[in-house]
Order: sequence, then structure tokens, then C-alpha cells
Amino acid sequence: MKDLIIPDGIHGPKLSDMGTPAKSGAPVTLVIDGMDVTVPEGTSVMRAAAEAGITVPKLCATDMLEAYGSCRLCMVEIEGMRGTPASCTTPVREGMVVKTQTEQLARLRRGVMELYISDHPLDCLTCAANGDCELQDMAGAVGLRDVRYTPGDNHVETRAGDGANPRYIPRDDSNPYFFYDPSKCIVCMRCVRACEEVQGTFALTVEGRGFDARISTGTEDFLNSDCVSCGACVQACPTATLQEKTVEEIGTPERLIVTTCAYCGVGCSFEAQMRGDQLVRMVPWKDGKANRGHSCVKGRFAWGYANHSDRILSPMIRESITDPWREVSWEEALDFAAEGIKAAQAKHGKDSVGVITSSRCTNEETFLVQKLARAVMGTNNTDTCARVCHSPTGYGLKQTFGTSAGTQDFDSVEQVDCAVVIGANPTDGHPVFGSRLRKRLRQGAKLIVIDPRRIDLLETPHMGEGIHLPLRPGTNVAVLTALAHVIVTEKLYDEAFIRERCDWEEWSDYAEFAADLAHSPEAVEALTGVPAETLRQAARTYAAAPNGAIYYGLGVTEHSQGSTTVIAIANLAMITGNIGRPGVGVNPLRGQNNVQGSCDMGSFPHELPGYRHVSDAATRAIFEAEWHTTLDPEPGLRIPNMLDAAVAGDFKAIYIQGEDILQSDPDTHHVAAGLAAMDCVIVHDLFLNETARYAHVFLPGSTFLEKDGTFTNAERRINRVRRVMAPKAGLADWEATQALANALGAGWSYTHPSQIMAEIARTTPSFAGVTYELIDHMGSVQWPCNEAHPQGSPVMHEDGFVRGKGRFIRTAYVATDERTGPHFPLLLTTGRILSQYNVGAQTRRTENSVWHDQDLLEIHPHDAEQRGINEGDWVRLASRSGETSLRATITDRVAPGVVYTTFHHPDTQANVVTTDNSDWATNCPEYKVTAVQVALSNGPSDWQELYEAQTKLTRRVEAAE
Amino acid sequence: MTPDKLARMANQIARFFESQPGDQAQAVADHINANWAPAMREEFIAHHAAQELHPLVNAALPAIRGRG
Ligand code: SF4
Ligand code: SF4
Ligand code: SF4
Ligand code: FES
Repeated sequence: MKDLIIPDGIHGPKLSDMGTPAKSGAPVTLVIDGMDVTVPEGTSVMRAAAEAGITVPKLCATDMLEAYGSCRLCMVEIEGMRGTPASCTTPVREGMVVKTQTEQLARLRRGVMELYISDHPLDCLTCAANGDCELQDMAGAVGLRDVRYTPGDNHVETRAGDGANPRYIPRDDSNPYFFYDPSKCIVCMRCVRACEEVQGTFALTVEGRGFDARISTGTEDFLNSDCVSCGACVQACPTATLQEKTVEEIGTPERLIVTTCAYCGVGCSFEAQMRGDQLVRMVPWKDGKANRGHSCVKGRFAWGYANHSDRILSPMIRESITDPWREVSWEEALDFAAEGIKAAQAKHGKDSVGVITSSRCTNEETFLVQKLARAVMGTNNTDTCARVCHSPTGYGLKQTFGTSAGTQDFDSVEQVDCAVVIGANPTDGHPVFGSRLRKRLRQGAKLIVIDPRRIDLLETPHMGEGIHLPLRPGTNVAVLTALAHVIVTEKLYDEAFIRERCDWEEWSDYAEFAADLAHSPEAVEALTGVPAETLRQAARTYAAAPNGAIYYGLGVTEHSQGSTTVIAIANLAMITGNIGRPGVGVNPLRGQNNVQGSCDMGSFPHELPGYRHVSDAATRAIFEAEWHTTLDPEPGLRIPNMLDAAVAGDFKAIYIQGEDILQSDPDTHHVAAGLAAMDCVIVHDLFLNETARYAHVFLPGSTFLEKDGTFTNAERRINRVRRVMAPKAGLADWEATQALANALGAGWSYTHPSQIMAEIARTTPSFAGVTYELIDHMGSVQWPCNEAHPQGSPVMHEDGFVRGKGRFIRTAYVATDERTGPHFPLLLTTGRILSQYNVGAQTRRTENSVWHDQDLLEIHPHDAEQRGINEGDWVRLASRSGETSLRATITDRVAPGVVYTTFHHPDTQANVVTTDNSDWATNCPEYKVTAVQVALSNGPSDWQELYEAQTKLTRRVEAAE
Repeated sequence: MTPDKLARMANQIARFFESQPGDQAQAVADHINANWAPAMREEFIAHHAAQELHPLVNAALPAIRGRG
């Protein structure tokens, strides 16, 4: 491939595959083909040769996997050693003298290749992997010129003699994204090892021995196996046995551009491999520090939505939401939108309008949207959908540590001894992190899961000790405070750390609070449902671990006590001294790709970029000088407050970039009423989303493939998003926002997102050192990045907390207002699954739907039996807010009294059921606890049918004139 | 914004601070001043009498600011 756009600098020239993984150890010097090479102890001879630029032929080795030593192609001669050892499995030794190319080796290697080729189809010219096949490359590398074996037993021909060839296995096309063609398999086992070592799913095995050995999923095909379609095996396969279908359809790629996944908060780096301006495949980038060459099904395969026919490519407007849409020019749409905003402000005051930034868009785009509100519209009414997921993280970590961010990088998981996972389901929600954690669990790290549901992580193959605290939804604070109670009363805390790093007086107050018998595991057992002895055991395990790390997700934040729970987590990390070094820390797992970034960029109504309160005059002065305007020192409205104000008639116009609040926010009826009460709703998105049914202006969005910018992942890592094709609708999102601002008279003139980043760096101390050049050079950088940390900060609070002393805060349990009763006896909690993403607007428009074509309600067998519900029945799910219907699945993953569903499909409308309860500090909605009743039903509810009809009505587009 | 919703939010804030050391009423007022838009605070002040409020919220009322 030519024309590579990859970060330069740190690596120097490098072979694309070093053969075996990098090691760290004392330097060892050896001689390879007459050259001195120095590598860390433990490195293989193969890798040492690669470091020196010498390629040793190989088939079964690849640097993503531990060496296996089965193909024998990589043999070398080593002075003083008998025979020809395999270089991939032979570690280097001081003073070793290695020859990689001799006549003997050449002859032996040709013999090995001859054997492989004799049982391999010779249709290279028409093979999908032609030009991208290691078997082909190796045949060339060893100088194979003829194959002496005559056709005999083989796996290649469909027929043998007069009958069918019993060894031939037909191609498996069941997976929508890749095929498995056993006739091309050389049984190198890379796929099996990738599935085990990298992904941790163990879906593949080898059946049969010797010549009969074949790779198998152990079931009829890939689709019906345990395979989660991560693609690690496809990436590892040296032949066209496991191969992306797009490569077969389009051809091999000719150039690549490194960019960042736009799905979840792991923020995986990818090579977008292109042919012309067509994307051929996404391959996880090995130098990506979040993912280290791995990915999940979404990032690797589910990008087809970018070309989906549902995408709207022209701006559209309408006077009333009952009118059909009219396609217009950008100019006309923007003028119409600007008029709407101006009219609202003229009549109802400047605070009658607002914006919602997107946690799917880039930092630069988010920065511009909040700037549009504050500097152009003159209001602090800006909020983000991060409100509905991680706003309590912002509050809780800022209060305790002084900054609103996770403390570690993902590499830190490699040093964890005890992982505590709270209210998160990493194998589904943050799959690559899930795989990395599983790897560590297989190495013996302990696992504590605090979740109402028995998540898959607890069933990690070959893991060590796992403890599950199956708490009743809504009792997080009680459980975490009980853990602290055990640690305090059993004196398991790290006094030295607390004395040095934390405020001693606050600690004493907190210790007294936690030690109260009312917080003992025994006292709260009846409330939380967690057996006291299990809870004590968990507390002891976490406190005893040399490195204990807490990872948490939306099951923590989306509660009425979400902020208190985050504080309780921070307290636990501080009392055990688990802060400020690799392997420990407090790690929020962010939902969408740029939740962290959208919070950093000042999306919240009370905070300017960098988490600085709007009332802080010094901060305002920085932006006022930069923007030549005066800023409002008072906080603006949050999303729920905007909607309330709209219903009350005080809020009239809104610009929503890249979010679908009607589907993602709680209490759908209330959101709908709020939107319906506005005069000018501007939706800027890829698709006519659910919110767009109430919109007057639709601005077509651009995908991450169509723009430049940065995303910030859950580890504060700023990754580059690089444009690989032109925006299909003409303008990248940042350009559209700029055009809207200019239609309102702003006079902005950015010509590239790097200029926006420069503005961010000028105004925001934690970003002071961030430039596109630095990111290109380093690959990515973790904020804070400034004079004190010119290379960024993998671990935070290393020498002290950002706020100075760590602050302990009491965490009293307060029951949520949402309680079960005779009418609503069950507790509903919600979550997500691997193949779909958030509200599913993108993933539903890809083949990922083969794994999840509808939302299901998980219900315990006991509760199902009481209600006469059988597997697959339609059930009615009702709460105080509303009701919906979906199909039930019966499982003991959930406890009796608890039901669970996902919210990926608009026809399910799970948020019709959720209430407007919210976190006390931040109003993050309480998605995780809703009292409900479940009963058999005949099919979709009236609301769903009405909604469906309305969908048709509000999505009409007028035929072009 | 409906006054009962604002009252509910204020009561929730009070239930956090009721277990904290220090000046609890001031803490409640500070939280509301820092996080609520002025329009919300004004509406709350105007209609508080009709609401059922946590004692701490009542104690915090004098310290809750209107606009500017
Ligand atoms: S499918 Fe590919 S990776 Fe797996 S054993 Fe066969 S050739 Fe090797
Ligand atoms: S796609 Fe992933 S899960 Fe499926 S078999 Fe390959 S490595 Fe295993
Ligand atoms: S969805 Fe998340 S885990 Fe999957 S590839 Fe994208 S960033 Fe990585
Ligand atoms: S590459 Fe070393 S034995 Fe296969």
C-alpha cells in the first residue's frame, strides 16, 4: 500500500508484523546475520531479527499472539545449538549468533512450503486475498518454484475419484461480514489463538489431528456459534480462509488512513483501508494505545450506515411539523433556522433558545456548538446527552479528586490484581476493554461484580476468583458504604496514603460515619439483597489486593443517587490507597465515543470548557477576550429544564446536533410535549431520527469518515479522526455549525478543525499543549497536556490530587422515590448489548441486526411463571409514566423481582416507561430503576401503533419540483 | 418549569446535604445557585410557599439568589 497517513515519529521504519509480541526486560545483545542487535530479555529470535529489519519467513507467528511454533517455516541456525530451531519460539540469549538464511535453511523451508501448497487451491489470481496473502508471500520468499506431490488426499477439491470428497468442507457465509472457506486453511491456529488470547471468547477449536485437523466453531456455522464477530481471527488469518466480504467485493485496499471508531468510549484506533474513495475495511491499528490492535464487531464491521440509503443528504425545512419536508439549499435552510432563533429571542428573550451538543461528534464540533450558544446566542443554555449518562461522574469526581475524569489509561488493566466492576457490562458495552480485562482475569486477577444482573464477565473462561454482589436496583450507595464499613471497621485501610494524600479531618469524619453499625453489611442485607458474608468477602478482597481498580458504568450514574455513588467509589479508592499509579484507580466507562470530550468542551450549562464554572470571572475573561463578547455569569438550562420551560411556554427554539433526545431521554411523553411546544427545532443528524418528527429544520450530518477532528475516549485520550472521504451532504458538521453561526451574524472563519483545537488550547489549561502536530507525532495524547505534562498524562493524581488533598464525603443512602408497590411490583433496569449501539440509529442500519433484531425483556422464571409468561411471548410493560410491549425471554441472570431490557429499537420505546426521576445533583435521569408491571399481551401497545402511524406522517418528504 | 418539580429537586438536594457536616443550609443554597438557571431559581422562590419543602430547603431559601 502506498500513501499512508499514519502518525510519524516514535516508531521509525518498522515491519508491519514483528512476528511475536514485544517484551520488556533487561537488554540482551546478539548477532543476527552478522549484525549486532539489542532487544529486551524474553524477546524471540524472530522479533529480534525483525527489529534489525530482517524478515524471517513465517506462517503461524504474528505479533498479536504468543508464539506457537507449528509451521516450522521460521527455522534458523544458531551457533552451538543442534538442528534448526524455530525462531519464533526461541528466546534470545546474550552473545547468540544466528543465521537466518543458509542453503540448508532454504532447502528445508522450500520443503515445508511444498507440503502446504500441495493441499491448497492454486487459484491465487482470482482469490480474494491475492496480493494480501502470507502464504503467497512465503512461497515467493522461500523461492518455491514447483510442487512435486501429485494430487491425492486433499481438502481442496469438491470431488474425489467418483464421489464427493469427504474432506471438503463448503464455505460458511453465515456471518454477514466475513466468510470462512476451509479449503484454504493451513491450520496455523492463529484464528483459534486470536479468539482465545485477544478476544477471550474461545469460540474456535481445532477438530481432528494431523492431516485431518480442521478449524471449527463446534456448531453448524459461525452465526450460530459463540462467536461475537469481533474479527480478531479474520485479522490473524494469513490466508483467505477467514476474510472480510468487502475485500472480496471491492478488492484489496491500496492506501490507509488512521482514524478513530465513532461508537463507544473505548475509542479504538483503526486503519481505514481504502481503494479510491471507497472504504474496503477497517482494521484495528496495532499502535492504537486504547485497543492495541483489537476491536469489536461495531467498529470493525458496522460502518455500512455511512452509505445507507436512509441517510438524508439535503437540508430540509417545513413551517409546521405536520407539513411534508421540503428539500432546500444549505443557504435557505440556514437562513430559515436563523430566522427561527432570532424570532424566538426577539419575542421571548435571549434565554428562550438553546443547543444540545453531541457526544458522537468531535471535540471541535462540540466546542463550536457551545460557543454558538454562549457567544452568539448569548445564553448558557447548552447541554449534552452526556447529561443522561455521566454527569454524576463529573460532579462526584470533581468534589472528591478535583477533576472530572477517569484516573487511568486502559493499559493500566494489565497490572490490576482485583477489578471491581460496578453497574457496567464491559463485554457488551465496552468490548475491547472487556477483552483486555478478561485477559488479565485469565492471568489470575480477581473480579468483583456489583450489578443486579449476572453479567458475562463473571463467566470468563479460565478466570480465577469472581464474586458477584447481585444488589437490588437502586441500592448502590448502601452496598458501597457497607464495603467502606468493612474496610474501616476491620482496619483494612491504607493509613499512610490517607495521611499523606487526603484531608485528615474529613477522613476522620467519614470513618466515623462509615463505621456506624447502621452501615454494616448485616444491617443493609435486607435492603440490598446482598448476603452480608459475600459483601464482607468482597471488601476484604478489594482491600487486600496490591492493585485494586474500580470500573463503573451507567448502572452507577443513572440513579437518583448517581452522584453519591460516584463519591462512594472515590472514597473506596482513597481509603485503600488505590490512586495515582498504574493498575489502580477509578475508571468511568463512558457510553458514547465522545462523552468525555463533550463534557471537557464545556457542553454543560454551568461550566465553560475545562470544567470551569460560568460564575468564575477570570475564566469568563479568557473567553470574552477570545470571543469579543460578554458572557452570562449565571448557569443555563439543562435538557430536562429546557423541556419543562418549553412546556411552560418560555423556551422556543433549539439546535440539536447529533443526538436523538426523543429516543434517548427518559419519559418520552414529556420530551415529545416539550419539543412539540417549540417554534423552531433544528435537528442536525445523519438520519431522520425520532426527534426529527418534531423538527422544522433538518441539517444533514456527516459521518466520522467525512471529517477531521478529535474524539476523547474514557481514558482522556485525544485521538484523531481523519477524513477519508468528502462529506456526502457537502458540509462537515463543524462547517454546518459555523454556517449557522454566521447566519446569526457571528462572522466565524475557521478553515480547518485544527484552528478550533488551537482555540481550545489557548483557552483551556488542561489542553494547553494539545496540537494536531503533537497528536500526529505521538499517535494520541491524554489530557492534561500542558507545560507540566508536555506528553500528556496516562495516570492522574500521581503526586497529589488535582484539588490538593483528596476529599472524603459522607454517603448516606437515600431511597429513590421510585418504589415498587401493588400496581408496579417489579423493578425494571436497562442496559445495552454488544452488536447494537445506544439508540441504534447507526447499528440498526447495518447487518449487526442479525444478532439483535428487537429488544427483549429479561424476566426471572419465577416471575414469568406467576404471570403465565412463556419464552418469546409478547408482554406489556407498564410503569407510572407509560406502557409499551415487547417480547419476553426467561432467564435467571436477573433476580426475582427484577426485569431488564435494552433500548436500541425505536418501536420498543423503552423510555416511554422510564420516569422523570433523576440524580439529585445533576438531574441525570434514573434509567436504572423503574417500578413496573409485566403482563401477557397480544402485540404492540396503542402508543406504539399511534407512534408508528405518526412516523409515516412526519417523515414525508415533498417530491422534488 | 413546574413549581412542584423544582420543589422535588430541591428536596432531593437537601436529603443529600442533611447528612453532611458543616452549614447544611448554605450548602443547599450554594448547590442550587451554582446549578440552576436564574429563571428556575426565581420561579422556585416565587412559588415555594405552596410546596412541601424539606426543612433544610426552607432554611436555605434566604441564601438562594434570584438573577444577578
Ligand atoms: S482459518 Fe486461517 S488462521 Fe485459522 S488455521 Fe486456517 S489459515 Fe490459520
Ligand atoms: S470473530 Fe472473534 S469471536 Fe468470532 S471466532 Fe473470530 S475471534 Fe472468535
Ligand atoms: S465500539 Fe468501542 S470497542 Fe468496539 S471498536 Fe468501537 S471503540 Fe472499539
Ligand atoms: S512461524 Fe515459527 S513455527 Fe510458524
